[in-house]
Amino acid sequence: MIRLQDISRHFVIGDNTVHALDRVSLHITAGEYVAVMGPSGSGKSTLLNVIGLLDRPDDGRYLLDGEDTTTMDEVRLAGFRRRHIGFVFQSFHLVPRLSAAANVELPMVLAGIPAEQRRRRTTAALEAVGLTDRAGHRPEQLSGGQRQRVAVARATIMGPAVLLADEPTGNLDTASGMEVMALLETLNGDGLTLILVTHDASLGGRARRMVKLLDGRVESDERLSTGPESTP
Amino acid sequence: MDLTLYAAGAVAAQPLRAGLTALGIAVGVAAVILLTAIGEGVHRYVLAEFTQFGTNLLAITPGKTQTFGVSGAMVSTTRPLSLEDAAALARLDGITAAVPVIQGNASVEFGERGRRTTVLGVNHQVPAVWQLRVRMGRFLPADDTGHPRAYAVLGAKLHRELFGDHNPLGQRIRVGGERYRIVGVMAPKGQLLGFDLDDTIYLPVAKVMAMFDREGLMEVDLLYRPEMASEAVAAAVRSTLMRRHGHEDFTITTQDQMLEVLGSILGILTVAVGALGGISLLVGGVGILTIMTISVHERTAEIGLLRALGARPNQILALFLAESAALSAAGGLAGLMAGTGLARGLAVLVPKLPVHVAWEYLILAAALAVVIGLAAGVAPAARASRTPPVEALRSE
Repeated sequence: MIRLQDISRHFVIGDNTVHALDRVSLHITAGEYVAVMGPSGSGKSTLLNVIGLLDRPDDGRYLLDGEDTTTMDEVRLAGFRRRHIGFVFQSFHLVPRLSAAANVELPMVLAGIPAEQRRRRTTAALEAVGLTDRAGHRPEQLSGGQRQRVAVARATIMGPAVLLADEPTGNLDTASGMEVMALLETLNGDGLTLILVTHDASLGGRARRMVKLLDGRVESDERLSTGPESTP
Repeated sequence: MDLTLYAAGAVAAQPLRAGLTALGIAVGVAAVILLTAIGEGVHRYVLAEFTQFGTNLLAITPGKTQTFGVSGAMVSTTRPLSLEDAAALARLDGITAAVPVIQGNASVEFGERGRRTTVLGVNHQVPAVWQLRVRMGRFLPADDTGHPRAYAVLGAKLHRELFGDHNPLGQRIRVGGERYRIVGVMAPKGQLLGFDLDDTIYLPVAKVMAMFDREGLMEVDLLYRPEMASEAVAAAVRSTLMRRHGHEDFTITTQDQMLEVLGSILGILTVAVGALGGISLLVGGVGILTIMTISVHERTAEIGLLRALGARPNQILALFLAESAALSAAGGLAGLMAGTGLARGLAVLVPKLPVHVAWEYLILAAALAVVIGLAAGVAPAARASRTPPVEALRSE
């Protein structure tokens, strides 16, 4: 599904070259639940951006669904992102002037899906995250947890294979955070590959596989015996 | 289509900002429409003033020039246009009337009153050829051209200035030291390009030639049958005068040519005032450029999000282009309505000001507004489409 081979990404800041990713190799199969952890500056976000095709590696190969993405142009990358990848951000990234429903619809608008079909799928997606009665509300009228659930509905509306969540509970209180995690894990249970970036050990411990990064390298990569079911 | 709605939503989300930006374009469009309406109105007004003399007119002036008037360098080699020439032309087939013209300036005195005025030396054909009406009495009689009686006809303004409301018929006046008897007063005609047709006195042409000590006429105006082609008449006139003068030392100007030249000058005038309005349209375009640049900057995170959701760079480009087009189209539409409304209102409030809203300029102004809006949106939209998604997302 996701195969990273010797991926490097560095940034030049002033006179220094920062190796955000230093020959990282990683293989993630379909349906996995992976937590990516590490202190800030360890390259977690860069890894997520590379996997999400938002950023290009300077070196190495990245195969997504068997295809080499490192040689694709922007237009093909955009298509790949649309079809294969969903994003959930720490700060939700909802468009403030649009209703919850319109936010969920957005990826389908960009994909040119007809309005009637869009409406049907949006209604179903909002129902799945338990926000049917909030469809017409704008983000400012929703609680943090509700906003993140809208974001999850939007991230999954195109039926992606991979869901990338970057500190999805970072801006939420514990209760809403748990709600969102439960939602993400349910989606994973239905077969969606879930990659969770966090620095919160208790959150990372819920995953079935944990990849720890330090200074742009994979420090450890272990299977965890505990699944989400065993967490209280 | 749906992206257009998205763009429209983005514009509508900030009504005050969008309104003010569109206002810049609206003012520009309204200015173009109003100014071209006045230009076009003047154009039509002037042409109408000219054609009121009839279009089957032809003027002969001495000297061979390409343009109007007499070239100074040509005078010495040019034989003057004589009264005999005029008489010969009047006899041509198809010519219904001929007016020999000589113009000057002289003092007209009646009792204690005096006034410097334009003196026109003409013959009895003036009312027919120049389409003028006599209000009192009659015009100059058809006397022997060489030995006319000393009769005078007053323009309406001259009559008012010298006589007030009194009947001047039969009164004696002095013009350039000679005595004339008033036989008629013309109906008011108004001004033509700054020349007051009413502040004039009409005298027999031979008398005026003697008064100013001139050998030749300044012009001969011919009226031909409307059904005749101006080219054919001009050719007949040319061959007649060539026979009499030996070579072509005169210029024939047909009314068609005159209207053509005048029309093109006035057309340039309209375009020029329209271009002035275009400057304000350009300023409105700068307003759009500014707002779109700010908007792209403010919405960097949104751009990043759209990219993350799978938007292609050209979709981002189209999105922001659509926004600037929407702004300019809204402004253009408002400007169209305001411009035509103002032009109509102006026509009602100031009836003397000729105003004519021309469709071609309406369409031009609207098209220009959209083009300017799009052009102003290109740079910010291109910047938006090139923003790397990671950086865009990080900007929040």
